[in-house]
Amino acid sequence: MKFGVIRFPGSCDEVDAQLACQRVGEAVILWHGDRDLQGVDAVVVPGGFSYGDYLRVGAIARFAPVMEEVARFARAGGIVLGICNGFQVLCEAGLLPGALLPNTSLKFIFRQVQLEVVSAASPFTGACAAGDRLSIPVKHTTGRFYAPADQLDALEANDQVLLRYAAGHNPNGSLRDIAGVCNEARNVFGLMPHPEHAVDPFTGPTGGLPIFESIRAHVAEHALV
Amino acid sequence: MRARVLVKPKAGILDPQAQAVERALPALGFTGVRNVHVGRLIELDVEDPGRLPEMCQRLLTNPLIEDYEIVEDAES
Repeated sequence: MKFGVIRFPGSCDEVDAQLACQRVGEAVILWHGDRDLQGVDAVVVPGGFSYGDYLRVGAIARFAPVMEEVARFARAGGIVLGICNGFQVLCEAGLLPGALLPNTSLKFIFRQVQLEVVSAASPFTGACAAGDRLSIPVKHTTGRFYAPADQLDALEANDQVLLRYAAGHNPNGSLRDIAGVCNEARNVFGLMPHPEHAVDPFTGPTGGLPIFESIRAHVAEHALV
Repeated sequence: MRARVLVKPKAGILDPQAQAVERALPALGFTGVRNVHVGRLIELDVEDPGRLPEMCQRLLTNPLIEDYEIVEDAES
């Protein structure tokens, strides 16, 4: 399968994301100004500080030419993974519910966290089982997941919360310990932790790998032959 | 037309920046301060102020988390 990883001005995790994708398939970098998704099977919107995070995190990046194509791809059922700043961009673009607010500590946080898989019924967590623990690092200043209470209830009722911070591991004040949510159609997923930084035993735990393996398995299963 | 858009976090959303300010003021002897909100000011010259609400909805603010107020400068 082929992943496309977007590079905005200000992205900084796109190479790690590409390397993580390459553990399970091919991966190309997609430039923010291009409209050609190069026939990829899945898109990764990576971490960083797209367009300097001016105005609000993710607010400007959503207007990038490539994001119009990503929105079209997502509406057609294409697999889209947003990591950290990518999560913020997808929320601003309206492809994911909610918004990310400054951490309650108002500090940049950089640490390993334990995540709990809430739902394995998705293209992003299919290789896991509900209740699995994943050890993945976070690094952000604006990662407090917020949505109004009725929307949070709906997210939980629809099984759209795929990952939570394990008890005692919520680093940023996210409501209901939400670390990652998907859209209603379950083909777009965003999370604040960085699975792409947790794929190589040389540098630590490999809790991020199941996310990429899940996507590969999903795409293989649904490939039109 | 000169206009100002005042943006602040929606009521009810935890605003740790405002809390920090509210805690810091009494430390300097400024007592009796409550309900602090810290937001953002956007000033702009605009040919058609009628389009300001749409600008606020689509780019200048995120309506899910922010409230805004448009102040048109009558003298401009």
